[in-house]
Amino acid sequence: MGERLFVIGNEAIGWGALNAGCDAYIGYPITPQNETTEWFAGEFPKRGKVFIQSQSEVGSINILFGAVATGHRAMTSTSGPGWGLMQEGMSHLSNGEMPCIISLVQRGGPGAGTTRHGQMDYLSATWGGGNGGYKNIVLTPASVQETHDFVQLAFYLADKYRNPVIVMTDGLLGQMAEPLELKVLDFGPVPEKDWAVRGRANQPDGIRRVVNVMQGLIPSPPHPPYTGFSDLLKVLNEKYERMKESEVRYETYLIDDADLIIVAYGYTARVSKEALKAARKDGFRVGMIRPLAVWPFPYQIVREMASKGCRFLVVEDSLGQLVEDVRIGAQGKADVHLLGALARHDPGDGGMILPDTVINEIYRLMNR
Amino acid sequence: MKKKLVSGLPKLWVRHPAERLECPGCQYPIITRIVYDVIDELGIEGNTILVNSSACGFAVILTTSTDCVHANHGQGIDAACGVKALLPDSLVVCFGGDGDVAAIGAGAFVNAAQRADKFTVIMVNNGHFAMTGGQLAPTTLMGQITTTTPEGRGPNMGYPARMPEMIATVQGVAYSARGAANTPANYLKTRKYVKTAFEKQLDNIGFSFVEFLSACPTGWRMTPQESIRWIEEKMIPALPLGEFKNVDRLD
Ligand code: SF4
Repeated sequence: MGERLFVIGNEAIGWGALNAGCDAYIGYPITPQNETTEWFAGEFPKRGKVFIQSQSEVGSINILFGAVATGHRAMTSTSGPGWGLMQEGMSHLSNGEMPCIISLVQRGGPGAGTTRHGQMDYLSATWGGGNGGYKNIVLTPASVQETHDFVQLAFYLADKYRNPVIVMTDGLLGQMAEPLELKVLDFGPVPEKDWAVRGRANQPDGIRRVVNVMQGLIPSPPHPPYTGFSDLLKVLNEKYERMKESEVRYETYLIDDADLIIVAYGYTARVSKEALKAARKDGFRVGMIRPLAVWPFPYQIVREMASKGCRFLVVEDSLGQLVEDVRIGAQGKADVHLLGALARHDPGDGGMILPDTVINEIYRLMNR
Repeated sequence: MKKKLVSGLPKLWVRHPAERLECPGCQYPIITRIVYDVIDELGIEGNTILVNSSACGFAVILTTSTDCVHANHGQGIDAACGVKALLPDSLVVCFGGDGDVAAIGAGAFVNAAQRADKFTVIMVNNGHFAMTGGQLAPTTLMGQITTTTPEGRGPNMGYPARMPEMIATVQGVAYSARGAANTPANYLKTRKYVKTAFEKQLDNIGFSFVEFLSACPTGWRMTPQESIRWIEEKMIPALPLGEFKNVDRLD
């Protein structure tokens, strides 16, 4: 068994990165994820790894671009407004097919919103907030242990597909302390980074490398050999389709006999599970689907359960973002209800969706 | 006797200038040539990474034999920071236009200098945004006509940015200079600036910066000869050539 620690989610991101063999972290302070930046500042330099505090999130994402161009594992982290600033960079990382990870600790918005928790960046993370319609896998842990494990998975998937991967948590998961078992996860081999710049003298074949954000327009010898813009689009499309086929991840809980299925990720999934257990005790047949990745989204299982006549309750701390994906999955065959940010228990920004609120909503829906 | 190259192309130049992508009379190729020559002379071609971002000068990644990174417009300086952090033993040279360095990338520029990042930024200053058709840049001279200053730049549009003078005040900067290639004498002097800038990087002293005044006949709507005269008569008096900082320690 690995070493056991008692740490918060934001620190678990760092431990996960370390266990994934991450070489560089670039970050800019923003609440509620500062502990991640501070963790890297404390732990990376003493291990001979790179820590850079950038001048802005625009800086973070573009310094990340340069770091990843060298073929090393590297990451950045941010929250709400900083995530907004990174969108242009996300689009360019996608064009350049740069394998890296971005940890997004969600807070409330729009604008500066609140510096505390929220789940309000779902749409920009899953549907692409930058220009051009790119895609990236978005992993959604719901505990400190999962945060650590999913960061490692994210690095693996980034290398597997040569694409950015987002690990999306929220202010509550980031600030919550839980036991963590440190362990190095092995997901298997990844493709060699034969495209990376190292200086031509250090290339085994002596051929120069060009890493660039205009693939298809500007040649990037020797790999990949895109000869035109549509060639690039074809390759990206094929890659996105492969991800959709192979990387759908979700967990189900008591769905076999369920009449009502809760769909939730992150902190609201933890809250919903409490509510579900209580409702089960009272004889209500409630189940749950928890996406472990929200892109690609598990449409298939939602569709199956909708066809069986289940109803859906989406619990998310926003005005309704995840609920759109559940509606797409249900294809109009089932009622899809939202319990969103307006159901927070307190009008201040510390308000959250509590198990009691979810229980009441379950009773309201099932007694009707 | 060791033979010395007096004409012909630097070793790094992999395409013939006749195939080049710039307009006739553009000074980008001559500036690239100076940079390639110096890299050649220092014998570190195999450990050099050229970084640039979208501007007329993007052709450098098509003409050089070194590894290259092409970043988003204005973000070359940040990308260079990332490359150098992971490859600390390489020579990292970031090419940018004046829009790139003095406008959209100015924040990155100042902060790379403040962090004392050990790489070199080359800013090619032709006084406007050439690639997008010749709009006002922070470096545009007073009275200069651009597509967004049709009556000429007046004080209501501010004053020309003096990047080497400005960055020389930053403690993390080891070297800062402004050169031009309008005459053989200036060509040779500027070549020396570039070499010193690279040496400051290789000696791990601090951030280094060279601005080039560069002719853009197409954007300026001039003949190549007229544009060289414009550099002499208008640009150099407003943006004087020379070294603004040259130190061997930062404290
Ligand atoms: S537009 Fe100006 S800077 Fe651009 S290639 Fe032509 S002459 Fe050179």
